[in-house]
Amino acid sequence: MGHTLVEKIIGNKVGHEVKPGDIVTVDVDWCMIDDIMVPFAVQKFEEMGFSKVAKPDSVVLIYDHFLPATQVDDSRHFRAGDAFAEKYGIKNVHRTDGICHQLMTEAGYVKPGDISFGTDSHTVTYGCVGAFATGIGYTEMAGILGTGQLWIKVPETIKIEIDGTLNGNVTSKDIILRIIGDLTASGATYQALEFTGSTVEAMSVASRMTISNMSVEAGAKCGLFAPDEKTCDYCKIPYDDKIKELHGDDDAKYARILRYRAEEFEPVCACPSLVDNIKPVKELKDIKVNQVFLGSCTNGRLEDLRIAASILKGKHVAPYVKMIVTPASRKIYREALADGTLEILSDAGAIITTPGCGLCCGRGGGILCDDEVVVATNNRNFLGRMGTNKVQIYLASPATAAATAVAGEIVEA
Amino acid sequence: MSKIWKLGNDIDTDIILPTEYLAFETVKEMKPYAFSPLRPDLASKIQPGDIIVAGNNFGCGSSREQAPEVVKALGISCIVAKSFARIFFRNAINNGLLLVEQPDLYDQVEEGDEAEVIPGKEIIVNGKSYPIANLPENLMEILEAGGLVKAMRKRNGLD
Repeated sequence: MGHTLVEKIIGNKVGHEVKPGDIVTVDVDWCMIDDIMVPFAVQKFEEMGFSKVAKPDSVVLIYDHFLPATQVDDSRHFRAGDAFAEKYGIKNVHRTDGICHQLMTEAGYVKPGDISFGTDSHTVTYGCVGAFATGIGYTEMAGILGTGQLWIKVPETIKIEIDGTLNGNVTSKDIILRIIGDLTASGATYQALEFTGSTVEAMSVASRMTISNMSVEAGAKCGLFAPDEKTCDYCKIPYDDKIKELHGDDDAKYARILRYRAEEFEPVCACPSLVDNIKPVKELKDIKVNQVFLGSCTNGRLEDLRIAASILKGKHVAPYVKMIVTPASRKIYREALADGTLEILSDAGAIITTPGCGLCCGRGGGILCDDEVVVATNNRNFLGRMGTNKVQIYLASPATAAATAVAGEIVEA
Repeated sequence: MSKIWKLGNDIDTDIILPTEYLAFETVKEMKPYAFSPLRPDLASKIQPGDIIVAGNNFGCGSSREQAPEVVKALGISCIVAKSFARIFFRNAINNGLLLVEQPDLYDQVEEGDEAEVIPGKEIIVNGKSYPIANLPENLMEILEAGGLVKAMRKRNGLD
């Protein structure tokens, strides 16, 4: 019998066939530790009594959530990371380069078939290149730092097949929001998602990242795409026979198969305050917004900024709306600067911020107060995430966000 | 006997501990803010030994381990839910916090009811028994060691 993609990735790593439910110990290719969790991971590592890091070159420290620091305690985290890197010979430290989940593939670390763990739940993003990647806590990370290994349970897989051509104002964000709505916020718990079909094949790696990124919002352990030529171009590796083997087999056993036509997707929002509270944008009438946020590891890439710029060109953000744009990395920032995208956004009245997690985790500028409404392109609209517990957060695509910023109320692009 | 605090479905980790409190140096400092977006007074009412009973998908959202750590620091002895999000599940076990999946209990108990939890066997509330399963062996080892830090200390010959 054939195998699903996640079974192949894990099986290749442990050197024998695996099936869902198997508990196996894997050698870890990449460990990502973000600034919030650094001091805690270091403390646990030392409490465990390790004297050296098993594989220092597999460790990547990235400062992004607290950058630039907004509270006096935040800088302590950067110093803890720097001291740890110095003491244990960790060379991969990104202090101001952008969001961890963007950098782990963009800066050339994670490749197809790799196994990665990170101290942040959106580590699932690296599934976009066909890598098994998932979030863990800082205690487990401390264990990996010391041993180079972690146990995992091989997950069942839900296959999601999407075929056809998307309508003009529909993006991969609308696809994943709709799927989360259909699966519910816990519908894929302990399971892998595997995305296939002609729509998926036609997508850019950046668009796939948006989908992998949000797979955790359905509870999934990972959200995988089979690597193709586009993936290999992005990862700067040859598209060889080994890579071509990394796909779910036709005779693999899936827990469920969901089939969609691309044409049936439409612009949607995740409405307050649950990620699976999905409604078509056209049904959301007369919802005035105070702020629009374009950014995050979900939708802060060049194609996202360009979509927004194409809508905002020659127009202006509504007078009472603050639009905040946060590129996901320095590389994206510079590309958007070079091609004129940032100029268009700025001319339209947007505030352009430094790359980082920014407002998504409620730490950057743009915190909101009671009864304010924000349309945001990130991945979570949880109670209190961007300010008080009475802020109304609507999650949407970059296109919907940009059109909303101009209209001053939630509208389709 | 343990007093029950009842919470709903999809209790996410931003509710259990909002991001603005994650940078405190110690879990003790975080304690007053546990569950604050949903129930600001809850942290001050929880007494050591109490249990939380919740619906589906408890602990969904971010991987912040401060969430199970702060729940344990409040003295919660066990969380009983219809289901747990996977990262929270692993983090809780790694901190020696007992989690129990039980499908029926949530719909049949009220906040303030008294419960008796017998790990691996049953929960008794209002005279009624609700069966509970054992955790897989590798997780029981971590839990019985008192968490992953202690298990690793043992591995490294320290305890």
